[in-house]
Amino acid sequence: MSNDLSISNPHPKIDVFEKLGLALASVGIIILLATWFGYTFENNALFLTVSISSIVLGTVVFSARKYLTQLEGIKNNGVYHSSLSSRGVVGWIIGIVLTSFYIFLYWFPEFLGLGENGNTNRGLIALFDPLSMWFKNQAASQWFVYGTIYTVCIVALGIKFMLKYRHNRYQLIRTTVVIIAQFFLAYFIPEILEGLNQEQAYFTKDLKNFWPLNYYFFDEWHLNNMQQSGSMGMFYLVWGIAGFLIITPVITYYVGKRWYCSWVCGCGGLAETAGDSFRQLSSKKLSAWKLERWMIHSVMVFVFLMTAGVLYGYFAGVSEIFGLSIYDYLRQPYGFLIGSAFSGVIGVGFYPVLGNRVWCRFGCPMAGYMGLFQRFKSRFRITTNGGQCISCGNCSTYCEQGIDVRAYAQKGENIVRASCVGCGVCSAVCPRGVLKLENGSEEGRISSGPIDIKNKTLNL
Amino acid sequence: MSRNIVIIGNGISGVTCARSLRKLDSACKITLISAETKYFYSRTALMYVYMGHMPFENTQPYENWFWEKNRIELVHRFVQKIDTSKKQLHFSDGTALFYDSLVLACGSKSNKFGWPGQDLKGVQGLFNYQDLLAMEENTKGISSAVVVGGGLIGVEMAEMLHSRGIHVSFLVREKDFWGAVLPKEESKMIERHIREYGIDLQMETELKEIKGSEKVNAITTSKEQEIPCSFVGLTVGVSPNIEFLKSSAIPLDRGILINEYFETNVSDVYAIGDCAQFKQALPGRRNLEQVWYTGKEHGETVAHTILGNKKAYAPGNWFNSAKFFDIEYQTYGMVNASLKENEATFYWEHQDGKKSFRIVFDKTTQAVLGFNAFGIRMRHEVCDKWITNKTAVKDVMNKLAAANFDPEFYKYHEKEINNAFQNQLS
Ligand SMILES: Cc1cc2nc3c(=O)[nH]c(=O)nc-3n(C[C@H](O)[C@H](O)[C@H](O)COP(=O)(O)OP(=O)(O)OC[C@H]3O[C@@H](n4cnc5c(N)ncnc54)[C@H](O)[C@@H]3O)c2cc1C
Ligand code: SF4
Ligand code: SF4
Repeated sequence: MSNDLSISNPHPKIDVFEKLGLALASVGIIILLATWFGYTFENNALFLTVSISSIVLGTVVFSARKYLTQLEGIKNNGVYHSSLSSRGVVGWIIGIVLTSFYIFLYWFPEFLGLGENGNTNRGLIALFDPLSMWFKNQAASQWFVYGTIYTVCIVALGIKFMLKYRHNRYQLIRTTVVIIAQFFLAYFIPEILEGLNQEQAYFTKDLKNFWPLNYYFFDEWHLNNMQQSGSMGMFYLVWGIAGFLIITPVITYYVGKRWYCSWVCGCGGLAETAGDSFRQLSSKKLSAWKLERWMIHSVMVFVFLMTAGVLYGYFAGVSEIFGLSIYDYLRQPYGFLIGSAFSGVIGVGFYPVLGNRVWCRFGCPMAGYMGLFQRFKSRFRITTNGGQCISCGNCSTYCEQGIDVRAYAQKGENIVRASCVGCGVCSAVCPRGVLKLENGSEEGRISSGPIDIKNKTLNL
Repeated sequence: MSRNIVIIGNGISGVTCARSLRKLDSACKITLISAETKYFYSRTALMYVYMGHMPFENTQPYENWFWEKNRIELVHRFVQKIDTSKKQLHFSDGTALFYDSLVLACGSKSNKFGWPGQDLKGVQGLFNYQDLLAMEENTKGISSAVVVGGGLIGVEMAEMLHSRGIHVSFLVREKDFWGAVLPKEESKMIERHIREYGIDLQMETELKEIKGSEKVNAITTSKEQEIPCSFVGLTVGVSPNIEFLKSSAIPLDRGILINEYFETNVSDVYAIGDCAQFKQALPGRRNLEQVWYTGKEHGETVAHTILGNKKAYAPGNWFNSAKFFDIEYQTYGMVNASLKENEATFYWEHQDGKKSFRIVFDKTTQAVLGFNAFGIRMRHEVCDKWITNKTAVKDVMNKLAAANFDPEFYKYHEKEINNAFQNQLS
């Protein structure tokens, strides 16, 4: 949403076309806010169309005007002068709004207007009814509303990102894939399929959402639904398991976890587009890295235990392990703590405060799993260009994963880190051409630095 | 008792020296002194703080706990005098400190050439943290500025001011931009790019006078033009910061005189980084080396000598880099502003006028001597190997893509470059 439009160059001041774009996007957001606060429109189809198109159009007008009137290049002027992108008042307000949206979404959807117990939808949810009807002939659910807003954000702010980085082909291609993956694989096709297969039970919609990111994949109802849904369901089941066991490790070996995290993943996609204005807010402290390793691996262990418990229950036909309810002690806490509170509320709600990749860095079990391959068995690395680093700190500042890239670069060492999502921004912002993401031979991947290039004295 | 090593200056050379000492010897006592900031930060990032790309903390490569953990004692005080006979430093606050070995890594200061009005408010250089604070203060709410001196810091200052919407007039004495270092074609490319940003770049123009009563309000140029402005950036080079040593027994010239072991004439006193001047320059190098990388190399090398394992300075092939607004620049080996007698060159420029490539080689042996790349990133390791191995220019041109370091999916230009090269030959 236009809330995330970064004021990355306060000079020249926002001109009339930019203001027009912002105003247009605001109209769309005001419609959403009005319905969130309980207003129900007569003609939802009209207002939804106006809302979505003005958000997308307004964002595009604003960012096209802003970036195309400037020469190509890095556009980080004023990032730390702007209240939005430097944890100022605006940042905090947006953080609070986003967080409360998530709290309503997960736990109080009736306050967004969800009509429960057969009642019709109101407010925000009702606004999306026409679109949901069009897709699948059903009234909207809060998840449909969320999925739609999510996709709109990735498309609109993805275009903004591409305009901002139009000199960088890696960013252009990557972001095109992010937008297409979200729009088609995670939104359009699954919604259409759901409409076509009404009689079939629900199962994983997002084709690229493998376990363990999709933690309910091995839930009893989900396994049953897939098995009972004929060949389509079996396809999903096999695809889901192969995705975890084969596809993920193999691709990660060849290109690093970036193929998923910053190219196709929905969470990553939102972080890279809507979250771009906040990437600099991730903590680069060593203590944050320690916390990260502890947390992400704990979540990973938690998801393994939870799934093992659920599968045991499924195959053994029991609902308890050691006298404890599998649902109450494993599945339900995971869904609440990790699935909702962590990945949603903190993961996105706290963008303007903790940076755009809190979930990806500290929580995501899929990232943790791929990180192990990336760190120990992969061809991916960020190569440091000899002795050219001037320790300026741009790379570390703009690393959304909080990696202290400079700590490696200034020693002439390559960057091989489990958490790197391969967004390529460190390489883009480096003013001395020091960093290059690449896939190469495993030999010499973790180098100890070309001291010999810089200083022949010490080579003797 | 373990050796008491004192370093004056916590810039890149002093810090690298301290870190190398600690790495080689866990027992010695290391004291790092600076009057500028308590903690080491990267001078090279000053511009990014002003432009709002990062907060000042992010210019510090090490967290504050690092120093205590590595037992490097930090002293935030100004050294006023050195008494080498007693091996003692005197601080401006009256305190004193003994040393066994002393490393002078006191860096540079901005040049000022005695212009009328150079001490008015709103006139300043850009070298240290205090300059950054002053610049923030001096440019508040202003709309026009003048930058004097066409070096790397001048360009940075022009970009900084431009980022705040301040109109910049940029006076450069030379005929070609950074003409002492860059060949003509590259200079012209940079001049075009600076102008593209709306900077009023005036070549062959010098500062004559700075006007104003308390605060600057205009300057006049050597071409008798008066330019109204509220800020003047003086970036006419730097020189070693050695005022405080004048009363000591340490021999000075432009900088602190040293041999290839970084030893001064006074025993147990060494000098490294920007402030050091080699009595005898190494072949193909200057006797004052005032860049980041050399500061690092000096610091790393001298640590060995101080700890009794004497090592002469023997740097590898020259390299450097910079950025002119959006155009990145990298150089490897020796590319001089004009060709030396035995040298030949090939230059290629992209049609967009923002990317270029130059190779310099030996006319007789055909061995490659150096590269200049603008808007194209080149791989240090590969270029360095070619230069060291004296690879023939033809072989280099045929394998040029191996040296490409641009991000993935970027358009390669090597084929086009090599074709142009072959055409020129035939
Ligand atoms: C804006 C700017 C941009 C630059 N960009 C680049 C670049 O891109 N690439 C590059 O290669 N080089 C660049 N340089 C040059 C590079 O920064 C210097 O070569 C390098 O910092 C020199 O390091 P040093 O350790 O020798 O000295 P300095 O960094 O100058 O450190 C010396 C320190 O000693 C302190 N000191 C001096 N005397 C005393 C005293 N009597 N008592 C207490 N403390 C004292 C000073 O206050 C200072 O903190 C740039 C310089 C500037 C100013
Ligand atoms: S290290 Fe670079 S590529 Fe990896 S996540 Fe950080 S900024 Fe992105
Ligand atoms: S951005 Fe480039 S020059 Fe700056 S610290 Fe990082 S690698 Fe070094």
